[in-house]
Amino acid sequence: MAPVKYLKSTDLKSWLGELAQENRVFAPRYEGDAVIFAPFDPEQEIFIKYAATAPPKKTVFPQSEKLVDFMYSKDPEDLSRILIEAKEVLPQGTAIVFGGRPCDVRGFTMFDRVYMSEEATDIYYKARRDNTSFITLACDSTENTCFCHWVNSSPSDPTGSDILAVPVTGGLLLKAVSDRGESLLTSKLLSEGESKRDEAEKVIKEVADSLDQAPDLAQAPKKLLEVFDNIEFWEEVSAKCLSCGACTYLCPTCYCFNITDETQGMKGSRIRSWDNCMSALFTMEASGHNPRPTKAHRLKNRVGHKFSYYPDLHDGVISCCGCGRCIKSCPAGVDIREIVLKAIAFEPTVTEG
Amino acid sequence: MNIKNLYLPEMATIQEVIEETHNIITFRVTLNNQEAMKNFSFEPGNVGQLSAFGIGEATFVINSPPTRMDYLQFSVMRSGEVTTKLHSLKAGDQIGVRAPLGNHFPYEDMKGKDIVFVGGGIGMAPLRTLLLFMLDNRSDYGKITLLYGARSPLDMAFNYELQDWLDRDDLDTHLTIDAEYEGWEHEVGLIPNVLLDIAPSSENSVAITCGPPIMIKFTLQALEKLGFKDEQIVTTLEKRMKCGVGICGRCNIGSSYVCKDGPVYTGAQLKELPNEL
Repeated sequence: MAPVKYLKSTDLKSWLGELAQENRVFAPRYEGDAVIFAPFDPEQEIFIKYAATAPPKKTVFPQSEKLVDFMYSKDPEDLSRILIEAKEVLPQGTAIVFGGRPCDVRGFTMFDRVYMSEEATDIYYKARRDNTSFITLACDSTENTCFCHWVNSSPSDPTGSDILAVPVTGGLLLKAVSDRGESLLTSKLLSEGESKRDEAEKVIKEVADSLDQAPDLAQAPKKLLEVFDNIEFWEEVSAKCLSCGACTYLCPTCYCFNITDETQGMKGSRIRSWDNCMSALFTMEASGHNPRPTKAHRLKNRVGHKFSYYPDLHDGVISCCGCGRCIKSCPAGVDIREIVLKAIAFEPTVTEG
Repeated sequence: MNIKNLYLPEMATIQEVIEETHNIITFRVTLNNQEAMKNFSFEPGNVGQLSAFGIGEATFVINSPPTRMDYLQFSVMRSGEVTTKLHSLKAGDQIGVRAPLGNHFPYEDMKGKDIVFVGGGIGMAPLRTLLLFMLDNRSDYGKITLLYGARSPLDMAFNYELQDWLDRDDLDTHLTIDAEYEGWEHEVGLIPNVLLDIAPSSENSVAITCGPPIMIKFTLQALEKLGFKDEQIVTTLEKRMKCGVGICGRCNIGSSYVCKDGPVYTGAQLKELPNEL
């Protein structure tokens, strides 16, 4: 059985401080009104009562990152000629993310299938992914926007994590999930956790028992394709949408990006940034043609991608981790669960005659 | 880490710029790394991303065939920021190339068949690759018919080889423009109508078409009238693309990514996909 260690709440900062000596450590803390993952700072309070406002997506997939640096220079042989040199800029160092939730961390496994496939591996993503460890916090309660159990997960799912931390009286019970996780459990601040194991199991069981019955989403891929051409369906479910894109930026599994160039004088960079499929510009072509001209088309693609196209390409895996942030943070109250259930329940009306 | 960087362009030098029309230019480029140029291999229909450093990248088909490897040829119609910047480049300038990307024309399946090319405007570029490839492997194919149309003679690219195509005995070339134009000696009329007049046989044939959406729409209807079935029609699509390798997420039609699963699709494949062109 994997070793378990106990960490007193009062020692949490000291432990993260130890880990921060050799790694970049990220932990959730308040910044303004939002809880975000930020570099560990012993002066700041760590907030782990509820899931963070934004997931730790940026720790592996930064909101914006350099891919290539380029430099212009004059050709010494022919001064009218500009030479260009392009160099890759690869991420360095190791990182540890403390306090992500099972949904947050499992989200990266949906990135992995796209960013580290046999056909194409994204070395920027891979460099960070391989060098980032996750100390994940099991949930001891759920919110009414949570639906991880709909998408084959649970509030204590260790998928993608290195250590699973379960809240117990006075602290956390730390369970190694991977060898890398085990190697992080050597601190003198940690004590034997065997005696807390039963309590942790009870916490996990109680929250699992509190979940309502999950609907069967097996028909979602097929049903979403069936309503693809039904624009009235999509206009209705997207009527409230403001196209703000909060859902995409806060989503642990939204992985789309844009690439843009920036220059300053004789040098510049090619930069990758998160993109947002709710924006009309996302698919706008230079000719002015847009294959997804309205928010109905765009929301259809977002829901379709997660619950139909991605599963079609990836062994039925739904590209949604059920964290519910898109529901919780939507200023207009769009609920992706309702849309998927509505598509599954949709029966075309047969007109008589 | 010994994995190819998907986003790092190969630096290349523009050997020649050809002004095709008032808004189309053609680049002939060679990769600066001679070893990379020597080992460069691609299939007809593959595309590449050209970098205008400081502005960005855009996708273009490699329109020279793999049977002619002195240079890689790309034709660029000026329509947005990247293409406007590309239009300012001249011979000797440096350009970034990420290629080959995407799938290719199923030319193996076309062996022994009659071939009908229907190209409109800049849509002639991808057809040029396959046409020249077939002419370089002429005995593998049956009768080859080419219908190339543009709005006016001034919009017609590849002028330097059209006469050769017209003169060849092993190629049945038809050129058309939308409306009468002084000095024009070829057909006048919209591509789908001219196609119906030429009326190539659909028997043991494959039609390959590319052009603006409205032309494609009516060309497909004309091909259907001529008896071409969905699986006898091949086209190549265009979408806004960024990564070119199926990751960045904008060029999908349902679960098919045009940048990597396309850009070449048969009519039958397109019918299987959701309707989102």
